[in-house]
Amino acid sequence: MNKLLKIRTLSENVKEYVFDAPDIARHAKPGQFIILRVDDEGERVPFTICDMDKNIGTITLLIQEVGATTKKLAAKKEGEFIHDMVGPLGNATDLDKYDNIMLIGGGIGSAVIFPQAKHMKSIGKPVDIIVGARTKSLIMYEDEFKANSKNFYIVTDDGSYVEKGFVTTKLKQLLDEGKHYDIVFAVGPMPMMKAVADLTREYGIKTVVSMNSIMVDGTGMCGGCRVTVGGKTKYACVDGPEFDGHEIDFDEAMNRARFYREQEQEHVCRLRGNN
Amino acid sequence: MNNQPRNNVREQDAKIRATNFNEVSLGFDEKTAMAEAERCLACVKPKCVEGCPVGVNIPKFISYIKAGDLEGAVAAIKENSNLPAVCGRVCPQESQCEARCVRAKLGGPVAIGALERFVADYGLTHAVKTPAITKCGKKAAIIGSGPSGLTCAADLAMAGFDVTVFEAFHKAGGVLVYGIPEFRLPKSLVQAEIDKLSELGVQIKLNTVVGKTIMLDELLGDYDAVFIGTGAGLPMFMNIKGESLNGVYSANEYLTRVNLMKAYQKDSATPIQVGNNVVVVGAGNVAMDAARTALRFGAQNVSLVYRRSREEMPARREEIRHAEEEGVVLQLLTNPLEILGDKAVSGIKCIRMELGEPDESGRRKPVEIQGSEFVIDCDQVIMALGTSPNPLLKRSCERLEVNKKGTIVIDEATHETSISNVYAGGDAVTGAATVILAMGAGKAAAKAILEKLNVH
Repeated sequence: MNKLLKIRTLSENVKEYVFDAPDIARHAKPGQFIILRVDDEGERVPFTICDMDKNIGTITLLIQEVGATTKKLAAKKEGEFIHDMVGPLGNATDLDKYDNIMLIGGGIGSAVIFPQAKHMKSIGKPVDIIVGARTKSLIMYEDEFKANSKNFYIVTDDGSYVEKGFVTTKLKQLLDEGKHYDIVFAVGPMPMMKAVADLTREYGIKTVVSMNSIMVDGTGMCGGCRVTVGGKTKYACVDGPEFDGHEIDFDEAMNRARFYREQEQEHVCRLRGNN
Repeated sequence: MNNQPRNNVREQDAKIRATNFNEVSLGFDEKTAMAEAERCLACVKPKCVEGCPVGVNIPKFISYIKAGDLEGAVAAIKENSNLPAVCGRVCPQESQCEARCVRAKLGGPVAIGALERFVADYGLTHAVKTPAITKCGKKAAIIGSGPSGLTCAADLAMAGFDVTVFEAFHKAGGVLVYGIPEFRLPKSLVQAEIDKLSELGVQIKLNTVVGKTIMLDELLGDYDAVFIGTGAGLPMFMNIKGESLNGVYSANEYLTRVNLMKAYQKDSATPIQVGNNVVVVGAGNVAMDAARTALRFGAQNVSLVYRRSREEMPARREEIRHAEEEGVVLQLLTNPLEILGDKAVSGIKCIRMELGEPDESGRRKPVEIQGSEFVIDCDQVIMALGTSPNPLLKRSCERLEVNKKGTIVIDEATHETSISNVYAGGDAVTGAATVILAMGAGKAAAKAILEKLNVH
């Protein structure tokens, strides 16, 4: 059982959850994920850790209500418990050796780049960040990103906040203005990560993306999270979740992500009682 | 000596059982069990015991059945085996104890497996005294709660160790809960066996991945001995075109969704794709489990594709018989070339094979018959090709020596790894094998730990 210590609503359907999870916080590093179950017969669902406090033993997750599990979680109140959580799983991001780093977050994916930004700032190498969202209300962690970056850029698809455009528009503009990056780390919806990788390929900039694949155990056993990277089958849970964005077969990964969509929607309808 | 032929166990009718997840074999009733026990000749030098990886004193427990003392029979088995209700169901007795029974030519070998199951089930439903344990002041950590880990845990607990088992999943049992289906091994029964371990004082820490949540080196600081029983590992694929299409599962994933996550129950939170025309690739027990599970979900056609012939099929004969009776069609001497489909599976292109010269495994090597390609229409493909070792623990502890294939290197005699006081056994060492061999390894490691730490 893990206690929900704090819940903060960040935007429509997105909440920040702080969980009591001392065993997980102890070894957790930026880039790693956990798998949780809300109740005893619940599904195992992976979420990337977006912050951790080793001293008080907490981890923070940013979760958007999309399916049955996330809806059940959204119904929980502070002080209540979820059934279980396992982690930290996957490999940690290691950006320490780079000097000029661009982090890109799209939508809820911006949560995933936060621990990297915080870490790089703490070792004296603050990064540049672009965060993009559909509209103003979906921009999250603005103050946190500002405080933990060298340059922070916001773009919105509809132009409702700061600057109209996609993350790729902004990145291209910066590169064309002469900005130099050793590495781009992009996390967000797969079409966004693909677009970033396509752009950086032209500029010859190493690009790493984080795959939030469908998985069951998260320790290499089921193979459900397999992605094709450079023509080879890799497992997001033990080989990833981060991979070379120029090597990933995004079209295949996007198709795999849709595998259970119909069943998932049917299940959510049943939960809401409108079926 | 009685000349009675071997008694058969009761089974659910094939047509009915292919539509439900209830146990296929119903075991012996008391009368049949007594009659079967009478067939045992109580050999002075019993060959059957030599065939048992954990050395159960078979004539002894059978003699208790003959005498009507089932509690005595339970105690006799428990001297050597900690999971008899499991072994009585999933052990390949036909190639172990029963293969050596002297009655083979006198009406068939004694049905040792069915008798073990009968006794074990009695033990689970009746309060059987557990022996008093004297604590020895030592602590052991067991990584993984599958057959090898549970066996090692039980033997060490009986010897007075404080034992903690670390399990990555939210439920204990390893392959017994995520892999073997309900219709072959009811999960309530696995839980009952695990509850017996808890009665011995064994602590089970769920949701704990050693190498991630806690490191092997941390365990070595807190425990006198560590046993690694992490199991088989990553599912293998064929590296043919189309394997990442929607509708292609590894047998591990398919069975875990069904068994551990209970996707066979209506309203399960965990989804599974229900196939109408299903092709399973492989011919081991896992392939049979996947094929028979697909039938139970209501698939119209389930074919099993295997590149060699019936003789080389690694599955137990009984499992193959059950599968065929239920309607699984075997496509032998057939090898997949490509999985067809745009976004989801629509078929599998195969080629017929013939057997050529023996290969390094001693089995005749299958060779393609040119021009014999054909397509099986299907909407689901389940790959049951075995597994490769899991790199997770090794990556977190470089000192742990593994061989070229990635399985953990041990001293054959003691099961000790390259790290002092760290032992290993089961599939993590051997690659995919059987429940009972894993149990044998857990037992041998426990014995070596007791000797090294001077506990008697």
